[in-house]
Amino acid sequence: MKPTIQFRDVTYSVNRNLSGTSGHPSTFDIVSAVSLEIHAGETLVLLGRSGSGKTTLLKLINRLLTPQKGAVIVQDRATSEWDPIALRRGIGYVIQEGGLFPHFTVAQNISLVPTLENWDSTRTRKRVQELLELVGLEPAQFADRRPNQLSGGQRQRVGVARALAADPPILLMDEPFGALDPVTRAEMQREFADISRRLGKTIVFVTHDLREARRLATRIVLLESGRIVASAKPDEFLQIDHPEVRAFAATLDTTPVDQLQQTQTQSQQQSSAPGATRS
Amino acid sequence: MSRWQFFVTHRSDILQATLTHLTLVSISMLIAIAIAVPLGMFIVQRPALRSIALGIASIFQTIPSLALFGFLIPIPFIGGIGTRTAIVALVLYALLPILRNTYVGLTNIDPSILQAAEAMGMTDSQILLRVRLPLALSVILAGIRTATIITIGVATIAAAIGAGGLGTFIFRGVAMVSDAVILAGAIPAALLALIADGLLALLERRLKVT
Repeated sequence: MKPTIQFRDVTYSVNRNLSGTSGHPSTFDIVSAVSLEIHAGETLVLLGRSGSGKTTLLKLINRLLTPQKGAVIVQDRATSEWDPIALRRGIGYVIQEGGLFPHFTVAQNISLVPTLENWDSTRTRKRVQELLELVGLEPAQFADRRPNQLSGGQRQRVGVARALAADPPILLMDEPFGALDPVTRAEMQREFADISRRLGKTIVFVTHDLREARRLATRIVLLESGRIVASAKPDEFLQIDHPEVRAFAATLDTTPVDQLQQTQTQSQQQSSAPGATRS
Repeated sequence: MSRWQFFVTHRSDILQATLTHLTLVSISMLIAIAIAVPLGMFIVQRPALRSIALGIASIFQTIPSLALFGFLIPIPFIGGIGTRTAIVALVLYALLPILRNTYVGLTNIDPSILQAAEAMGMTDSQILLRVRLPLALSVILAGIRTATIITIGVATIAAAIGAGGLGTFIFRGVAMVSDAVILAGAIPAALLALIADGLLALLERRLKVT
């Protein structure tokens, strides 16, 4: 079967001028010779430290960025050959804090892509209801609220609903739960794992939290300095012999959240949970 | 004759001057808004034009108002003595605050919101009209408010080039050394500015998106 998304030897670099205004411009590879195949229905988690190039890989998929070398193939066509608007309308995108439009209500936020695609109002309204129920928000109570009347977790739910609005086959998620408190975060992860299994979307999920990666992924890809250094199923990931894998594995040892959750000691859980800091 | 008596006996003249003043300000502001807001939207994506447009607008703002009237009088078609010249000068004066605030309002938007808009497949013009503009409204209105206050003030000087308005009383009062005549122009002008400021501040608060 052909992959849904394919990176072919992709390099993305930026100009960097080390000595300020004078001196020779040099380029710096944020993503370096990456090849990767992502198949339909996979939940691929891109794991890595801040600055490892995870978000850049994500932006290469919906052509927020285009590679200098190599090609990103989405549904059999290079992103450089896609009309970026058409490409993006078929790819859901969720970011930290949701990136909701503050001047729109929840319903208007969710129905943005359907509106751009000129759906009729009955169909749009039905879809908004459906999605609010899917993400666990009572439509009658939430549809007309503004983002500033929502909690962080609720905003994130709306962000997920908005990305799913036009039923795109691909979903990109950039640390969507990164700004949430640990308890809400775990809740969202459980619910999202459930939703993603039901919907069968191709999902690319960026995080720096190994625990989150293990909860959600069907495959984990580890990035270090713009290169892929490991790729494995969640239960095999920790067995890989690579220093960066061991560095991430070490975060599990120092923060035994799984055990703490069993004993329900919430105060300790909050103080020791990983990923509470933003990258 | 007491000041109060002067007000009472000349009330229709004062009212007439106030209306002339308001008309001058309203026409000038409408023209300035019609130029500066679209221009601000136009320069958002065009860095080269941005500094030129803002630069020219700030030159007009820097020239002393009476000097600006003076410069305009000898210019054919737009110049001369009277209302037309006054309106041109008032428009030039009002441009900068509106243009600057339009530009700042449209560009000073949370980058994650703009990125979400782009990632969802909105075109540049959709982002401008449906995201940037509604979020910039209160900032643009703040610019319009500043420009309105300036215009009400500068319009009193327009009387010097024969455009009428409340400045007429002030200049005449100075010439006659009469407090009553000066105040007949100064008080309504001050009230106009305060009322306009209050109303626009109210509107600005209602348009603010948090």
